[in-house]
Amino acid sequence: MDNTTFGLTMLLVGMGGTLLTLWILAILIGWLTRVCQPKSEGGSRE
Amino acid sequence: MSEAILNALTALGAGARYFISPAGLPNLVMIGISLVMFWLAIRKDVEPLLLLPIGFGCLLANLPLSDVMDQEGFLRVMYDMGIENELFPLLIFVGIGSMTDFTPLLARPKMILFGAAGQLGIFLTLMVALALGFPKELAVSVASIGACDGPTVIYVSNLFAGLGKIDSSMVGALAVAAYSYMALVPIIQPPIMRLMTTEKERATKIPPMSNKVPKSALVFFPIVVVVLTGIIAPKGLPLMGAIMLGNFLKMSGVVTRLTKASENEIANVSTLFLGLAIGGTMDGHEFLRSQTLQVFALGLMAIIVDTVGGLLLGKIWYRLSGGKMNPLVGAAGISAYPMAARIVQVEGLKTNHQNHLLMHAMGANTGGQIGSVMAASIMLAILKGMGLI
Repeated sequence: MDNTTFGLTMLLVGMGGTLLTLWILAILIGWLTRVCQPKSEGGSRE
Repeated sequence: MSEAILNALTALGAGARYFISPAGLPNLVMIGISLVMFWLAIRKDVEPLLLLPIGFGCLLANLPLSDVMDQEGFLRVMYDMGIENELFPLLIFVGIGSMTDFTPLLARPKMILFGAAGQLGIFLTLMVALALGFPKELAVSVASIGACDGPTVIYVSNLFAGLGKIDSSMVGALAVAAYSYMALVPIIQPPIMRLMTTEKERATKIPPMSNKVPKSALVFFPIVVVVLTGIIAPKGLPLMGAIMLGNFLKMSGVVTRLTKASENEIANVSTLFLGLAIGGTMDGHEFLRSQTLQVFALGLMAIIVDTVGGLLLGKIWYRLSGGKMNPLVGAAGISAYPMAARIVQVEGLKTNHQNHLLMHAMGANTGGQIGSVMAASIMLAILKGMGLI
């Protein structure tokens, strides 16, 4: 594999993959904090 | 008798003769470099925990006829014990995990996106290194300096050194570059922050948010991260697993002794051994070449581009949110924790004395810690997919 193909693949898949993974993680964190809220707070939110 | 005394004196002077010979010059230069590291660590407080042992290892390895890195030499034993097999960087990560509080990130999950933008330097530096003709493995190692994370750089570069794809002396150069630039983040970042943002942007107040996060969420967080990493980039699992293990110990709240041991004894002993062994690889004959200078220049570029990437996302966020995000927070999306967050707070206060950005920046900064390890993990996963490791 030539250097240009290698570099572009790393840039696109690497940076894109990092962004996508962290975005998924942000969603999971939001979900986790909601699920873990004490019930009284969850009730008042609704 | 006189001949025996003469032979003995000759043997004693062998070191001095070596130094004044042309072969000794690179070692003399490296001893000078180790003295500079001592000066930076002691007088300038530049990463003393790392630069002192690295400098001392470098000094020992470059003294005339030194055998500390020979097969049975004590630095070689340390190298084989924990660098060759990547154990020491991982143990340091356990310590880092146990010292990190992810509460600001869990209170503001979107801040983790700054942790992704703050890795832009890794990938653009990789492109530049390849354009300069670096072999792929060395280019990836140099680019990993953009992770702003010493153990990650050592882990990645040593992986290639172990496979014989980069020279082991480059691991030392990469480690010194990574730790030096991490320490210089307070000097490198502020001018870029001021250059890339307007005064109005810097003065932006972010609406306050509660910092309360359920304890159980903090306990489950490390598990979620390692499972996600294991699914997406299993090759980076040792890195993420180590940092999250440390954090899990801390957040569980039931293993205080292990948490304290991770923060102190384990991290300290690993740091000392890692520093000495890395310093031991810095033999003048292998270290002093133009490629080492290029590594340092590319490392600086990586950290500058990381900052630019975070600030760019901050500016986009500022526009999209109608001026509710301070773009400075983006500069904290790197792994230098908590230094980068403090710089954001200071810069924000310079423009607006009422502007307290610290907790938001801490969220981005811890996001940067995860982002850097995730970026390295994804790079390793891609390399594995390409059959390069």
